[in-house]
Amino acid sequence: MTIEKVQQDIIEEFSVYEDWMDKYSYLIELGNELADLPPEEKNDQNLIKGCQSRVWLVAEKKDGKIYFRGESDAVIVKGLVALLLRVVSGRKPKEIIENELHFIDDLGLKQHLSPTRSNGLLAMVKQIRLYAVAYDRMEKEGGTQNG
Amino acid sequence: MNYDINKIRSYFPVLKQQVYNKPLVYLDNAATTQKTVKVLMAQEKLHNDYYGNIHRAAHYMADKSTADFEETRDKVQKFINAGAREEIIFTKGTTESVNLVAASFCEQFIKSGDEIIVSEMEHHSNIVPWQIQAINKGAKIVKLPFSDSGILQSGALQNLISSKTKLVAVTHVSNVLGTINPVKQIIETAHSKNIPVFIDGAQAVQHIPVDVQELDADFYAFSAHKMYGPNGVGVLYGKRKWLTEMPPYQGGGEMIAEVSFDKTTFSEIPFKFEAGTPNITSVIAFGASIDMLQDIGLVNIWEWEHELLEYATAGLKEIEGMTIYGEAPEKSSVISFNIEGVHSFDLGTMLDKMGIAVRTGHHCADPVMQHYNIPGTVRASFGLYNTKEEIDQFLHALKKVVQMFA
Repeated sequence: MTIEKVQQDIIEEFSVYEDWMDKYSYLIELGNELADLPPEEKNDQNLIKGCQSRVWLVAEKKDGKIYFRGESDAVIVKGLVALLLRVVSGRKPKEIIENELHFIDDLGLKQHLSPTRSNGLLAMVKQIRLYAVAYDRMEKEGGTQNG
Repeated sequence: MNYDINKIRSYFPVLKQQVYNKPLVYLDNAATTQKTVKVLMAQEKLHNDYYGNIHRAAHYMADKSTADFEETRDKVQKFINAGAREEIIFTKGTTESVNLVAASFCEQFIKSGDEIIVSEMEHHSNIVPWQIQAINKGAKIVKLPFSDSGILQSGALQNLISSKTKLVAVTHVSNVLGTINPVKQIIETAHSKNIPVFIDGAQAVQHIPVDVQELDADFYAFSAHKMYGPNGVGVLYGKRKWLTEMPPYQGGGEMIAEVSFDKTTFSEIPFKFEAGTPNITSVIAFGASIDMLQDIGLVNIWEWEHELLEYATAGLKEIEGMTIYGEAPEKSSVISFNIEGVHSFDLGTMLDKMGIAVRTGHHCADPVMQHYNIPGTVRASFGLYNTKEEIDQFLHALKKVVQMFA
């Protein structure tokens, strides 16, 4: 399934919720369902610090694909992290680089990507791209395969 | 109490709206207040009728603008009972007021090894400007701590003051804890050792009557946008003797007496510190918000808001897992809290979806968060237009949100 298709699926899933409260209830559900990172991975190296909440992101490369795992201390952000992981994890770096992540905006949740004083989510999106660019370059230069 | 809340709310039509299909309850007044229509009307009148650059032209428009601009200075002087109108300097906000004093005062009076005492409960804008100057000068920042209940340990000041101390910087009212600090007593202590005191009044002047002469403050700063006034205008009050001795903060037009390439002489205060074309529109409109505060009366506002504070505090305490940060007996209408098991960002986000505007996060006061070892809080702050009905809506929404995360 393409990145675009997953984004469309998510948009469709959310379309059944007309009320904001229901949309957010669903996000909270997704947040609660996302597995926590082991404590040792919630270190400063993986931390993306936002002003209001913190996000941790771990990336691993396997068979030419990047697998992401993540967590946040705020449940709503964790729900958004779960959605992002669903879209980008297990993809080739090139796919991540070439696709726009537009679904958050389409869901009307753009406020969570505000550039300052934010919840770490925008920085997480940037970090995902940085990982993809870095791994893509390593691949082209014939670098290590397991990241 | 003779407090015509309906009339007051009519000055703020913005409050009468729905957000996310819910009636708006605006409880983020410590961040910024809504602007009274009188401010908007003053801005419109200026631009429709007589806008001109001030202090520098001999024509009707400029004269009229100048007169109104200077009238606001008189209003500010009266509002805080400053000794002279020249002691009122317009800046772009409290932050610039702090930076002005930090840069200019430190330039003249601080040398390597000196100390500046800053309280632990300050907003970043009353910490960082002093730190920057301290680094420049090789001086040291000394912390005046507060207790877990949010009370400044002002008794410790006596012992923190040494022969190296050159200034004490402290907030009048904490933006997180709501604590009203005993600034008069702090100033007395500092003055007994001939040390000047800078007071950050950004969270005070809209809630309590302030008399800078009675306090004997050396410097006192605040912002119009937290006083139901326009953006981009702040005030620095400074005692004449300090302002006269301090060098200019920025160079430019307005602040000079005579300029040649060999030598420039500077204007008298306040103009020495008002380089360039100021925010004419906002300063003039600021006069209208001061008028409104004076008409309602700070004592009445204080009583109204205090009732809201007590009502909301009692309601919040009924919620299980509630921690309120800052329970000083002298407190303004600001409540910071957390609910066990729910992240402040989650609380704030869901409250927003229910029409309730609160602030979440560290409130630009990391040292306060570090004191309690927490990443952030939810903060509800009440203004002169809030009502008990709104607090009921807030408490009702909060209980609903807590259930969502249970």
